[in-house]
Amino acid sequence: MADYRPGTPDQAAFLAELLDRRLLIQTGVAGLYGRGADFEEVCGRVGDMVTRAGAPEQPEQLRFPPLLPRRDLESVGYLKTFPHLAGSIFAFDGSEGQAAEQFDRACRHEDWSEFQSMTELVLTPAACYPVYPAIASRGELPAGGVTVDAGSAYVFRHEPSGDPARMQMFHQREIVRIGEPDAVVAWRDVWRDRTTSLLREVGLDAELAVATDPFFGRAGRMLAASQREQELKFEVVVQIAGPEPTAVASFNYHQDHFASVYGIELADGAEAHTACLGFGVERIALALFRAHGLEIEAWPQEVRSQLWRV
Amino acid sequence: MNPEIRKLIAEHARLAVDVGTLADDASLYEAGMTSHATVNLMLALEASFDVEFPDSMLKRSVFESVTTITAALAELQPQV
Repeated sequence: MADYRPGTPDQAAFLAELLDRRLLIQTGVAGLYGRGADFEEVCGRVGDMVTRAGAPEQPEQLRFPPLLPRRDLESVGYLKTFPHLAGSIFAFDGSEGQAAEQFDRACRHEDWSEFQSMTELVLTPAACYPVYPAIASRGELPAGGVTVDAGSAYVFRHEPSGDPARMQMFHQREIVRIGEPDAVVAWRDVWRDRTTSLLREVGLDAELAVATDPFFGRAGRMLAASQREQELKFEVVVQIAGPEPTAVASFNYHQDHFASVYGIELADGAEAHTACLGFGVERIALALFRAHGLEIEAWPQEVRSQLWRV
Repeated sequence: MNPEIRKLIAEHARLAVDVGTLADDASLYEAGMTSHATVNLMLALEASFDVEFPDSMLKRSVFESVTTITAALAELQPQV
C-alpha cells in the first residue's frame, strides 16, 4: 500500500473548508472526492477557457474512457518509470465456493484479493495515453502532423494524501501534438507561455518552471536529471496551500518515446515526435477558490468575466 | 575496463551505429542513446563493476561517452 501523506496544517484547514462548503464531498478515502455544483461549475469554466485558447488550432476532438488496455501501459514502460502510481483492474475469477468465501471475507472487511485475477484493463494514468495508439493505427501522419484534444478525462494516481490538491482520481485536460520535432517543440513552447498568461488573467499568481516527473527509484533520479537537463518538461505552478507552489499545468516533450513504441511515422517515413500539455482541472479550480474565496458569486468581476465568457 | 564498457554499451545503449565505430570521446547521445537506454546502461554498469553511482553522478554528462564513463568508474573504484 502506498503510504498516506498527511497534509500540512494549512492544507488540512483548506480541505476542511472545501468539505464544509460542500465544494468537495468526502468519500472516506483520502484523495477521492465527490464534487459539489459550484466546484463542478468552475471545473467546466476552466475547461471552456482551454477550449477557447485551443480553438484556432482546430484540434481533432477524441474522447476515451478512464480505463486503458493493460497492454498499452506495459508497452509505454509505465511500470518501469511509475510503478508506484499505477492502478490495475482485477476481477473475480473462481468457483461458487470461492465466491462465497470472498463474500464472507468482504463482509468482515478482510483481505479477499486471492480470489481476484488480473484483467486486460488498467486505470488511465494520463489522458493522452490512448491518443498515441489511436493515431498510430491510422498509418502515416498527414503532412503537418496532427493535434488532438483528448478532452477532460478522469485519470488515476495511487498517492493518498491529505492535500486536497493531490487527488487520486482527477481530471486532466490534455492536448497532444504529433509531428516533426521542431514543430512539436515550438507548439509546446507557445502553449507554455499562453497558459501562464491565461492563468494570470483569471487572477492566479502563475509562474513557469522547469520540472521533472515523479519517476520511481534510482533509475528515476537518472531519468529526472536527464529530463531537467534537456528541459523536456515545464510546469506552471501556483500557490494553493502548503509550503510549495503546486503544479497546475504541464508541458511535456516526449521526443520519440511514444512514437517509437507505436511506430508513428511522418508523411515522409521519418519517425515523428510527440508533445502533450495537461491542465490539472481540479487544481486550477482549487487555486481559484483559494485566491478568490469559496463564494463564486463574490469573485472579482474581471475574473468572472474571463471565466464565464460566452 | 574499456572493452567491458564497450560491450555493455553495445548491449544496452541501443545506438543507431556500431559502438566499434565510435571514438572513446564520441557522444553516445548523438549516436542515438535515449534517456531510457541510459538508465539501462547505468544499471548494467553498476551490476558489472559492482559499484553504485551516487545521486551526484546520476546525470547525462557522466554517461556521455566511453571516456566519461571510464572516469566515473575510476572515481568509484580506484583500484581498477
